Amino acid sequence: MKQILVCGGPGCLAKGSREVFEAFKRKIEQNKLHVELQLKETGCQGLCQKGPLVTVKPGNLLYTEVKSEDVGEILDKIIKSDSNYDRALKKDEISFYKYQTKIALRNVGEIDPENISDYIERGGYEALKKTLHEMTPEEVIDTVEKSGLRGRGGGGFPTGKKWRYCRNADGPVRYVICNGDEGDPGAFMDRSIMEGDPHSVIEGMVIGAYAVGSRQGYIYVREEYPFAVKRLKKAIEDSRKMGFLGKNIAGSGFDFDIEINRGGGAFVCGESTALMRSIEGNVGEPRAKYIHSVERGLWDMPTVLNNVETWANIPPIINKGWEWYLSFGTKTSPGTKAFSLVGKVKNTGLIEVPMGTTLRDIIFKIGGGMIEGRSFKAVQTGGPSGGCLPAEKLDLQVDFDQLTKEGSMMGSGGMIVMDDRTCMVDVARYFVNFLLDESCGKCVPCREGLKRMSEIMGRITHGLGSEKDLEVLEEICWTMKEASLCALGKSAPNPVLSTIKFFREEYLKHINEKTCPSGVCKHLTTYYIDENICKGCHVCVKVCPTGAISGEIKQPHFIEEDKCIKCGSCFDACKFNAVQIRGMKIDD
Amino acid sequence: MKADFKVVDRIIESYGCKKNSLIQILQDVQEKYNYLPRKFVERVARKLGVSLSKAYAVATFYKAFSLNPRGENLIRVCMGTACHIKGAPEVVEEFSKILKIKPGETTEDLKYSLETVNCVGACAMAPVVVVNNEYYGNMTPGKVRDILKKKETRKG
Ligand SMILES: Cc1cc2nc3c(=O)[nH]c(=O)nc-3n(C[C@H](O)[C@H](O)[C@H](O)COP(=O)(O)O)c2cc1C
Ligand code: SF4
Ligand code: FES
Repeated sequence: MKQILVCGGPGCLAKGSREVFEAFKRKIEQNKLHVELQLKETGCQGLCQKGPLVTVKPGNLLYTEVKSEDVGEILDKIIKSDSNYDRALKKDEISFYKYQTKIALRNVGEIDPENISDYIERGGYEALKKTLHEMTPEEVIDTVEKSGLRGRGGGGFPTGKKWRYCRNADGPVRYVICNGDEGDPGAFMDRSIMEGDPHSVIEGMVIGAYAVGSRQGYIYVREEYPFAVKRLKKAIEDSRKMGFLGKNIAGSGFDFDIEINRGGGAFVCGESTALMRSIEGNVGEPRAKYIHSVERGLWDMPTVLNNVETWANIPPIINKGWEWYLSFGTKTSPGTKAFSLVGKVKNTGLIEVPMGTTLRDIIFKIGGGMIEGRSFKAVQTGGPSGGCLPAEKLDLQVDFDQLTKEGSMMGSGGMIVMDDRTCMVDVARYFVNFLLDESCGKCVPCREGLKRMSEIMGRITHGLGSEKDLEVLEEICWTMKEASLCALGKSAPNPVLSTIKFFREEYLKHINEKTCPSGVCKHLTTYYIDENICKGCHVCVKVCPTGAISGEIKQPHFIEEDKCIKCGSCFDACKFNAVQIRGMKIDD
Repeated sequence: MKADFKVVDRIIESYGCKKNSLIQILQDVQEKYNYLPRKFVERVARKLGVSLSKAYAVATFYKAFSLNPRGENLIRVCMGTACHIKGAPEVVEEFSKILKIKPGETTEDLKYSLETVNCVGACAMAPVVVVNNEYYGNMTPGKVRDILKKKETRKG
């Protein structure tokens, strides 16, 4: 039977994939095609930029940018098995998919996440049965430890070790938690897993619970993801019905159940101890690290907390063994990592690659390079705790240790590509203000440090900075790294330090020359039209919202500075690159 | 009024009147009323036996809660990193200009509330705006008016 998989991921939904799904449904009903065609809505199929996406199996043919009007024609080709149809791309051959290896995302985009049989058909819940019937908890921990799996939530702590500590801790009950808070702005891997393959998280958690001896688990989902909550709820109900959750799981005598907690929209609640306070019904403030959560976590009981992607990696490791897992990735970071590749690249979307893949391969092979006409400037990883790496670092092999060595972070997997129209000072300021807003305020270095940093960054971007400010910034950074209570404050300096390190020149232009070469900081931006290049085509005049541009057709145009609001519309609109930003070119 | 208290009481009971369900209960109340009326926060606190200061600490710590009434349409502009570098600030500015409110405010006729959020998980389509539960990707200031127009005509 042929399958038509319509993507229902966040990107495609925003582009109208629901209408495409409905159109297929109507057409299939009208023409009574149920017998030969199966229609499904899946989670994120990855290549969000080209959505709405539709995949047809067998053959793994991909249709991009599908509109409901196209459905009739596509259906026709599918029925005739016309493989020469030029709209059908061979998924296994296009570079976006070719260089990926999927472990955590193995089912995302391939199955109907609301249908447990789809999951089971692809080997789901086999690992659970194997664990409960054939393995001792020690053996499970051993396998996970030997696989070298490190936590995918940011810190990269060895998962097996965490489980062992928890198992060995004293306590009448133990808890396991799934961290689905995904606070890193610009990241949606965890969302895609929770929405696209919720059972993989549940199965991983049951295995973990068995290993550490827990009977109650929690999934903490951020409040911006109502869809993920809905999917997880359904998945939990279904797996209870099938006997994979609840009492006497799969006839093994082991009991375990899961509850869902919705977050309240606080970034700091992604931090493990703050998250536990939040599940307890309190304000989410972190606590000092010397009390270990594996010994005294949720309600002061031994607790294992892992990230969504970490949990999703567990079933395949159990099924295929640790030796198999070790065959992917690097020595210190085995396996694969999911990233959300976004920003100024051509192919934005959800990807998974072996650890150790270079930034260059990710951005230029999978990502297809920069959006047209723009040049690469930096890539940001690790969200507000991470840093920006410049072009010289493109050959860096991405894993936990390499990124940390360069002053960035793996983080949860957001990868934001920036071009020459992105101001690095503004990016650093953005993260400082983000964290200032999100700091819980419990400890002084973080609360006050961020406030002062924000003021200084504000001054620099307004053209009021001095070189002395850079020194002060660095000093505040080092103090925060040393003295903050939780990792939010400790890692907050990374965006600032990494941009000062790699893009010092840009800071100095803001400070000494009072220009923002990327044209982002409005107070320091001047647009002008190069009269030698301008063809007088009048396009810029049409897009300017304030009427600041004038000139006769076929004559050079000019911009009246006091009317210009520096929106950049003319810059983007000019086909001849005649609109320029003062300071952007070296010779200015 | 009495009927409303009953609704709130039912929510409290559905969580077994447990103290640690405070956040979940407030979330459900907010979902029902679009914001957290003070009298209900107080009701929840009393019923659960938690102090008023704790109930308000929670209600003000978490961004998802609003103690002020929100508009019929909730416009959330994503200010996550991916959206920021692709021009989200200009999009918010345009909403602000047309609706004459700042982020965090509600129009006088209670029609629109404007909020900013840190990533809604659709970063590949940056900049993103979510109106009620509908996603709009690849936003530009120019598309702002179109969205608002669509809302107006749908009502009328
Ligand atoms: C401020 C802050 C925010 C965090 N946000 C998240 C998050 O959104 N998701 C996540 O999985 N981990 C987050 N973490 C990391 C968690 O504290 C924790 O290390 C992780 O969830 C453990 O799971 P893992 O070992 O599977 O990675 C955050 C940490 C800090 C300090
Ligand atoms: S470092 Fe910041 S977020 Fe962490 S406890 Fe201190 S104030 Fe709170
Ligand atoms: S950064 Fe805007 S949706 Fe993620």
